[in-house]
Amino acid sequence: MRPLLLFASFCIVWEALVRATGVPPFILPGPLRVAAALANNASFLAENALVTLLEIVLGMVVGVGLGCLAALALSASRGARAWLLPLVVASQAIPIFAIAPLLVLWLGFGLASKVAAAALVIFFPVASAFYDGLARTERGWLDLAQVMNASPAAILWRVRLPAALPALASGLRMAAAVAPIGAIIGEWVGAAAGLGFVMLQANAQMQTDLMFAALLVLATFAVLFYRLVDRLALRLAPWQPPTQSTV
Amino acid sequence: MDKISPAVAGFGLHVRQARVAFGGAVLFEDLSFDLAPGSFTCLLGPSGIGKSTLLRLIAGLAPADARAQIQADDGSPLAGRVAWMAQTDLLCPWLDVAANVALGARLRGTASDGARVAALLEAVGLGDKMRAMPNTLSGGQRQRAALARTLMEDRPLVLMDEPFGALDAITRWRLQDLALQMLAGRTVLLVTHDPREALRMGDTVRVLAGRPAALGAALHPRGLAQGELHEAEHRLLDELSATAA
Repeated sequence: MRPLLLFASFCIVWEALVRATGVPPFILPGPLRVAAALANNASFLAENALVTLLEIVLGMVVGVGLGCLAALALSASRGARAWLLPLVVASQAIPIFAIAPLLVLWLGFGLASKVAAAALVIFFPVASAFYDGLARTERGWLDLAQVMNASPAAILWRVRLPAALPALASGLRMAAAVAPIGAIIGEWVGAAAGLGFVMLQANAQMQTDLMFAALLVLATFAVLFYRLVDRLALRLAPWQPPTQSTV
Repeated sequence: MDKISPAVAGFGLHVRQARVAFGGAVLFEDLSFDLAPGSFTCLLGPSGIGKSTLLRLIAGLAPADARAQIQADDGSPLAGRVAWMAQTDLLCPWLDVAANVALGARLRGTASDGARVAALLEAVGLGDKMRAMPNTLSGGQRQRAALARTLMEDRPLVLMDEPFGALDAITRWRLQDLALQMLAGRTVLLVTHDPREALRMGDTVRVLAGRPAALGAALHPRGLAQGELHEAEHRLLDELSATAA
């Protein structure tokens, strides 16, 4: 209830400010105008939102998959650590803005380049959090497993992996928060559909109200997506005390 | 009772010339002692003296620069014949109580004996908690589950590292009884800093004290009269406080 009230008062202040200052709508449209743009372009926005959503979801699948595999490889073998760790760090150190044009060049204007961009920003928080969790298994569990004659593979699968699930869960939450960034940047660099594309086009044509409408849809999607992943993450490690959802 | 304790007779253990050093500091060296087959030995000492390290050495969990000649009196290697119970219960929060008790089989990839898990949990008073998750149990219940897991391993040598230290007095008292009853016949080495616990549980009590630490004379509390036990407890406390100071 509180977020709704907050949103409503924000809109009222916004509308009052626009009317009081008489700022032209192409600089700052009031919320009523944005709502009208939202209603008038509902199907157009929905169509493009679906594209962005698909990019985010596929990016999440690919990024989380690769992140988990990298974390497992890193913790399973010293050789993998020596070779992979610099790559993992590099994946985060190079800004996505710098890579996105290359991705579009290599993978085209379609879905693939956006999924790759989203996967790239998702990969690091997942790999890093999960690897940390795998590396920091409670000493006592490892001792117990060793006295019980467990093989290194069994220790990894049956002790270190489940013990790292809370860490993976927080990695997933972080990934869910940044996932839209990757997809939108991919769309900005070159796309024919998606909310980022709509925002860019609307901006160029001074349709600021449409741009705000697209932004609103994106923000709503981002929040819902985060909450969904937060729920799933909680299921992954139900023994952890639930985190305070911030949105 | 058959389901709970099949015939695993404890073997005798000889520990010779144990040495552990951290950096330049020698915790103990040239430490030698024997555990009689099927006996319950309590190793008493102040915190930080190296009791836990000695226990880890026997369990094969020693730090790299620790060494000792450790032999079972039947000549077979120790690996696979030791059970370990630590200060904390070490229950896996992602497994229910029954799966925690059967953890050994799960880790070795062998089938676990469900009937035995149920019988053991029944025996430690957790018969109705088989499907409960560890985070729903009290501290005493968790330690009971850990005891059941230790017994499930069914090893002739059981090493216990202050397993009841974190429990309240009444729960500790009950669990000591339970452990004594269920570990009968196995060779047990229990590490503790509580003289009363040592005197209550041990067939033999040894004090580890000094720097580098050395073992005091063996004390056999069974059969001592109440007054003599009190006297022994005072003597042990004196020995411990001498090292602690």
